[in-house]
Amino acid sequence: MPSLKKPTLAVWKFASCDGCQLSLLDCEDELLAVADAVQIANFPEASRAVQKGPYDISLVEGSITTPHDAERIHKVRRSSRYLISIGSCSTAGGIQGLRNFANVKAFTNTVYAHPEYISTLKKSTPISDHVQVDYELRGCPVNKYQLLELLSALINNRKPVISAHSVCLECKMKGNPCIMVAHGTPCLGPVTHAGCDALCPSYNRGCFGCYGPKETAEPASLSRRMAEFHNVRKPELVHLYRSYNAVADEFKKESESHETD
Amino acid sequence: MGTTNKALEKKINKKISKSVTSDFQIGDNFCIDIKELDSIFTALKEKSFDLIGPTVKEQTIAFDQIESVKDLPEGYTDEQSPGIYRVKKTDSKTLFNFTTGSNSLKKYLYPPHHTLWTASRNKGNFTVKENIPNLKPLAIIGLRACDLKAMFVQDRVLTQGEYKDSYYQLRRNSLFIVAVNCSRSVSTCFCTSMGSGPSVTNDFDLALTELITNTTHKFRLEVGSDKGLDVVKNLKFKAATNKELNDAKEVIKKTTNSITRQLDLHHLDVILKGSHDHKIWDEIGKECLNCGNCTMACPTCFCHTLEDTTDLTGSTAQRTRRWDSCFTIEFSYLHGGSVRTSSGARYRHWMTHKLATWIEQFDMSGCVGCGRCITWCPVGIDITEVAQTLRQTVLDEAHAVAWEEI
Ligand code: SF4
Ligand code: SF4
Ligand code: SF4
Repeated sequence: MPSLKKPTLAVWKFASCDGCQLSLLDCEDELLAVADAVQIANFPEASRAVQKGPYDISLVEGSITTPHDAERIHKVRRSSRYLISIGSCSTAGGIQGLRNFANVKAFTNTVYAHPEYISTLKKSTPISDHVQVDYELRGCPVNKYQLLELLSALINNRKPVISAHSVCLECKMKGNPCIMVAHGTPCLGPVTHAGCDALCPSYNRGCFGCYGPKETAEPASLSRRMAEFHNVRKPELVHLYRSYNAVADEFKKESESHETD
Repeated sequence: MGTTNKALEKKINKKISKSVTSDFQIGDNFCIDIKELDSIFTALKEKSFDLIGPTVKEQTIAFDQIESVKDLPEGYTDEQSPGIYRVKKTDSKTLFNFTTGSNSLKKYLYPPHHTLWTASRNKGNFTVKENIPNLKPLAIIGLRACDLKAMFVQDRVLTQGEYKDSYYQLRRNSLFIVAVNCSRSVSTCFCTSMGSGPSVTNDFDLALTELITNTTHKFRLEVGSDKGLDVVKNLKFKAATNKELNDAKEVIKKTTNSITRQLDLHHLDVILKGSHDHKIWDEIGKECLNCGNCTMACPTCFCHTLEDTTDLTGSTAQRTRRWDSCFTIEFSYLHGGSVRTSSGARYRHWMTHKLATWIEQFDMSGCVGCGRCITWCPVGIDITEVAQTLRQTVLDEAHAVAWEEI
């Protein structure tokens, strides 16, 4: 951003848990540097002082689940130079995307005393379904180092060093033995977008797929293998792909292919 | 008088040690027990080597830092098949009764991440500082024949071409190798097809063969270099007897005979290069996850990418080299897009490079038959099976054409 003034930053919340915004606040050591490099103009989670737009960088957390939000996101787009969606909710619809497989009306009827006051959409959708998005940062929550890298790249006019390959590459570079091969633990690493530095496999837990499908993901082959060699049954396969990125295309298709009625 | 005596003593001692060393030479064989093996480790540590050896880690056997023979996987053995690896503890006292582990020497000679330089900007000045790694010499214990050959392949690629990797060379120069002849094979091994094992023949400093019976536990120790000689020359080891030498030969023979997996190399490079558009790649594309595990696990794969980053203020920048894989989209990204978009195309590229075009480039195969890509592929894709299927279909097709022409 070749401007003498510091670029302005706004952070917006849609349907989400706040975890991704907190990743930014979690940058303890680096937070001062961030505050030095950008002007935090609209970030209610961090400061009550709100400046008017337009903003140079807008970080958008959360998915679109209400008619009101479906309109609000257009306003955000109009007042932002770069709009960046951060986290699984905003890049893929999030865990609340599970509603897309069910009847939302039945939910509201069960949960609320007066469901008629609830105005909600049938589906939870990512930001990119509504407006043009300049960059999507994956993760549930996003990795603070990737968030810093993305901001550094934007501020310095360069390409962010963030890869779309598998979690396995991170896992191997870290020196972990593969837990699927060595322990028979089902793992979504081979179909999941990198970024977490293979957090779960490093603690002997199979990858949960927080970062959503990797580039050219091939979940069908992985599912066949897990079913044949690691005793994963069909309902478990459905659950494996139905979490934070349940409605991301490749995961959605894969979970649906194992549904038995 | 006292001083003269001391001087004389020194002289005599020197003579003795000289006469002992002069008895030792490259190619010598000794027979040592576990204690004596440990004394080699101690001697290496005294020469300020860090010891890297096979050790049990997360239910696998992997190279890691070790301190003494106590850290070696006593009684452990491994089973490997496509996509499956398991270790088993037995009551036996063996220290090397397993094969290749999840990682290889590559991690040490060619680390996954290496910051090449950092640059900083200060009041109109711009300075670049090369990052020369601060290295401790490493002694690698228990390196297998296939891995030794893999190192030889990386030597060729990284230090003998037009572009030399000085960081690799630096690490390589200070490496001490205690190799081990395999006393066991697993179903994924095919070193015999690739002419790389199971016995070590060159490029080692010391080599061991484990000799174990119900009542005895010994090692044949072979000296392979001046460096090796230097480490053992003051350790008073017994020369190996003919029987012990024969026993060691038997161990290797037994292992050789136990290897059943084969890779038929006859015209394989021609077949691969002529099969660019073969339907087999579409079939493999349905299986291959393009996860890249095979390339990470392979001890000869050397591809890397360069990553340039800055801090938030743009006042410092750095360039990092990190392992890359030909199974990623970015790897073949040229202006406008990726050249190899399908999984099948990426598998074809990898296999063709390993077994065909590598030979053109470096006068040797890119595969040493360690079997890691087979074991550590999460879906168990087997390069030897793919090669055999390809050979068979190409032959069948050729026959069909020939019949038609008759
Ligand atoms: S543990 Fe999971 S992420 Fe790591 S290599 Fe194995 S499959 Fe990939
Ligand atoms: S061959 Fe196996 S390890 Fe290699 S990319 Fe394909 S699925 Fe992954
Ligand atoms: S291609 Fe496979 S068998 Fe050959 S050296 Fe690499 S990992 Fe080992």
